Amino acid sequence: MKPVEIASGIYQVGVIDWNIRDFHGYSVEGTTYNAFLILDDTVVLIDTVKKEFADQLLANIAEIIDPKKIDMVISNHTEMDHSGGLPRVMHAIGGEKPLYCSKMGQKNLIQHFGDRLNLQALENGQEISIGSRTLSFLETRMLHWPDSMFTYIKEDQILFSSDAFGQHYAGYEMFDDQIGDAVMPYAKKYFANILLLYTPKILKLVEQITDMGLQIKIICPDHGILWRSNPETIINAYVEWSRQEAGKRAVVLYDTMWKSTRLMAEAIADGIAETGVAVRPIHIRSSHRSDIMTEVLDARAIVVGSPTLNNGLFPSVSDVLTYMKGLRPKNKIGAAFGSYGWSGESVKLLNEALADMKFDVMEESLKIQYVPDKKDLSACREYGRKIGQAVISRVG
Amino acid sequence: MDRYVCQICGYIYDPEQGDPENGVEPGTPFEKLPDDWLCPICGAPKDDFEKE
Repeated sequence: MKPVEIASGIYQVGVIDWNIRDFHGYSVEGTTYNAFLILDDTVVLIDTVKKEFADQLLANIAEIIDPKKIDMVISNHTEMDHSGGLPRVMHAIGGEKPLYCSKMGQKNLIQHFGDRLNLQALENGQEISIGSRTLSFLETRMLHWPDSMFTYIKEDQILFSSDAFGQHYAGYEMFDDQIGDAVMPYAKKYFANILLLYTPKILKLVEQITDMGLQIKIICPDHGILWRSNPETIINAYVEWSRQEAGKRAVVLYDTMWKSTRLMAEAIADGIAETGVAVRPIHIRSSHRSDIMTEVLDARAIVVGSPTLNNGLFPSVSDVLTYMKGLRPKNKIGAAFGSYGWSGESVKLLNEALADMKFDVMEESLKIQYVPDKKDLSACREYGRKIGQAVISRVG
Repeated sequence: MDRYVCQICGYIYDPEQGDPENGVEPGTPFEKLPDDWLCPICGAPKDDFEKE
């Protein structure tokens, strides 16, 4: 990717990682590590890239200016997809140059790279003049690491938002007006997998930004597309997703050994669909947990099915439940079902897991021994209709 | 003395340890923390803590 001037004297100098498919357990089809160069009396670099792309970042910078002319670097976030290139970049521009970060960033960067960097901790709200522009810094702790912060340029009304508002998307499009609505599924998946557990903080942050009267022309996240044609689109989407008021939609997540739990899953989904509630049955081993989370974000009812294997849950179901629990979805109806051979613990374990996530668990659940017959499948459809009705009565 | 868990980031306030970095002496119960005390990891206010 060649550097692109996003505003007068401000460049996106980041890189495209076309080949990444597994991003710490989240499935992606490539992503970008965005970094930003600001030319002013003081030359500033905001964030770097993953370690193996550091030379590409330096080559991009060199197309605009000799990297040695960079006077300061800002690290908005310590995670290694943005900081991994820091040691290489600091060495190339002159290791004594200041590296600004939040207070937590200072602690965390030391725990990543030792104490050889010239780290300068910023106060929340601090401002630094770089000539014709003023940079200000807003701590955004736990969005999504303790060190996370935003950098804002008042004069250009540009917000460098670190991972917030980002998406794992790789392409030659750089701005929302170039890609259109096609970016939203990527933004939603990012939200569901990275930010969902911090929704109370997100709502507070949006309120804070509104109260501050922050004018925003461009939002520059550290991954994917930059929002310039209508930055409110993504802010409004974050507010909507953070409220977690899913509509008339359910998801049936299941795994199966001899297709009995699958037969149940599809009959339950049929019953839910009969009530007019949108539903998808998802076979867990045919899907990725990160795509499942996007479905969970949109669904009011989370219906989970597992066979009983060796007196326990099927392992792929436990995987999804563990991942889901960490992301703390809210306002969900939970329901459980499964086929079993002789002991049949899975449904009880599923109900416990759903209750542990503070879901509103249906009083009734469904377990069927061995292969469901016609009567059993009719019971599954009836159970599906009850789940559908519960969704409708909750959503209205 | 009860330990309290930050519901945002999982940090545990242990009264035996206190939070000396932010001026809270070891032995300070959660209830005696100043109202403006914040989670030393994520900056959450006391309201975001629950008893362990």
